[in-house]
Amino acid sequence: MSKEFIKGNEAIAEAAVRAGCRFFAGYPITPQNDIPEYLSKRLFEVGGNFIQGESEVASVNMVFGVAATGIRSMTSSSGPGLALKAEGISNLAGARVPSVVVNVARGGPAIGTILTAQQDYLSATKAPAPGGFKCFVLAPATVQEAADLVYEAFDIADKYRTPVYVLADGMTGNMMEVVELPPMRELSELPSKDDWRVNKLEQDGNFRSISSYSPTAEGLQEMNEASEAMYQQWDKEEQRWEAFMMDDAEYVVTGYGSSGRIAKSAVKELRAQGIKAGLIRPITLVPFPKDAFDQIDYGRIKEIFVAEMSIPAQYADDVRWATKSKLEIISVLTSGGVILETEAIVDAVKERV
Amino acid sequence: MNVVYGSPSFTSEVMGTGYCPGCGHGTVHKLLAEVVEELSVREKTVLCYPIGCAGLGGGWTNLNTLSCAHGRAGAVATAVKKTNQDNVIIAYQGDGDLAAIGMAETMHAANRGENITVIFINNTNFGMTGGQMAPTTLIGQKATTSPDGRDLERHGAPFKMAELIAKLEAPKFVGRYAVHDAKNAIKTKAAIKKGLQMQLDKKGYSFIEVLSVCPTNWKKNPLDSAKYIDEVVSKTYPLGVYKDVE
Ligand code: SF4
Repeated sequence: MSKEFIKGNEAIAEAAVRAGCRFFAGYPITPQNDIPEYLSKRLFEVGGNFIQGESEVASVNMVFGVAATGIRSMTSSSGPGLALKAEGISNLAGARVPSVVVNVARGGPAIGTILTAQQDYLSATKAPAPGGFKCFVLAPATVQEAADLVYEAFDIADKYRTPVYVLADGMTGNMMEVVELPPMRELSELPSKDDWRVNKLEQDGNFRSISSYSPTAEGLQEMNEASEAMYQQWDKEEQRWEAFMMDDAEYVVTGYGSSGRIAKSAVKELRAQGIKAGLIRPITLVPFPKDAFDQIDYGRIKEIFVAEMSIPAQYADDVRWATKSKLEIISVLTSGGVILETEAIVDAVKERV
Repeated sequence: MNVVYGSPSFTSEVMGTGYCPGCGHGTVHKLLAEVVEELSVREKTVLCYPIGCAGLGGGWTNLNTLSCAHGRAGAVATAVKKTNQDNVIIAYQGDGDLAAIGMAETMHAANRGENITVIFINNTNFGMTGGQMAPTTLIGQKATTSPDGRDLERHGAPFKMAELIAKLEAPKFVGRYAVHDAKNAIKTKAAIKKGLQMQLDKKGYSFIEVLSVCPTNWKKNPLDSAKYIDEVVSKTYPLGVYKDVE
């Protein structure tokens, strides 16, 4: 284990390399440029490959091809870039190609701003592209967690043969923190993909096809049922969240990613002032950690404060669903690159005390 | 029985190609399969298939296939080759896929000069979707979205892909061929073989355009379609080698 003072985007890139990622394709877009810049040198040092694609579209499709040959592969982008990658992401999901897609989120809609925001919750979790599918979505709140989750994302991707979507944001991507970077994985220790990778014939001599296409209606239904079974398994086995000071909490604050981190500071501040606040911070957005909300004592708690850097609120919809509308939702929102203030959350809670 | 002519050992006898009777795609698939067999590279080959009719023959050739999103085979093939140098990577694309929606991927793949072989089937229309105008539709040629015929002023001129690609620095072998008669099919096969051999010898990017018939959407029988290639299509798209720096 080595400790380094490192920028979020670079920690993401280095963690990917250490996880065994040996291919990256991407296209320049702020605020994630350090990822491709870092990897354009680093990947060649470890015998990997890097391509600056002619577009976001080309880049994600390059990842599709390389990941289909069994090489751990990643692409990254932000905001409008994810819209362009949508086609490729749906192909990754439909053809069940394990891969990692990082979004260092910025403000939208469309061009919006290069500054940090959380306007991509719905697109990341509900519909990264048309066609009806889900990616496994992880949401880091610190540089350390970004490194850890990207590192793990490759294992999750391989375990389920799925694209894993890391929804970071410009704040985490661009701040420097002291990070303990994970150890370098030996490629020989990674799970073998010989039973499905496209550049190997089947044992009986027949060809393999990696495809999101089905020539028959029944065939496509089967593919979608298999994906649905996977989503249900995620729900049962993979929900992850941080609960902080929840045991005796009377006021719950929730947020994911950077907002979750700011919400945690607010909870600490409220506790210092003698107010019994607690935090739920999802770490997986898909599967949504609904078990965390099921554990809320609805006798004691009447309202929930949802912090997010998105206007309109997006994450709040899932909180409403997970709390079965039993709590009043009080949203604390910023947008367009305006970073949430701890005080705004503290004040919102205190107004209700 | 003494077999003097047959299908490559790995083509499917059960499954048809899926193409319309008389379609040029089936011929190109057969030539490709023959070349792969003759070069003994079946185990190493990955076909990057497109969206459109061109993808229909996937199962028939019984070669490993990657189904690329519409137009993206150039990008996919580049990246797969870069990371799997020992594989033989073929991008097989139609004119909508390669020259319309995939133009950026096509030009950049060619310009990078990745050691891949691109087989471009030019039948002057969008076949699978029912005969719409393609970037390759001839001036005056009727299509379902150019019912009065392609008009230079309204639609612009047809894209001559072999000529365009040959102008780039990196490509090593660029040619335009046809498969509407045996003489031309033999030349096409030789070109495909050359392209694959160049890959094996690490000599670089090859682009093989093939003028192909689409009897269904051309609303011509196969014989008239073949004549149309000779008398009309090949006048806009002259056959021949456009670049060979092997
Ligand atoms: S529509 Fe045209 S290109 Fe498509 S299979 Fe039929 S003849 Fe061939």
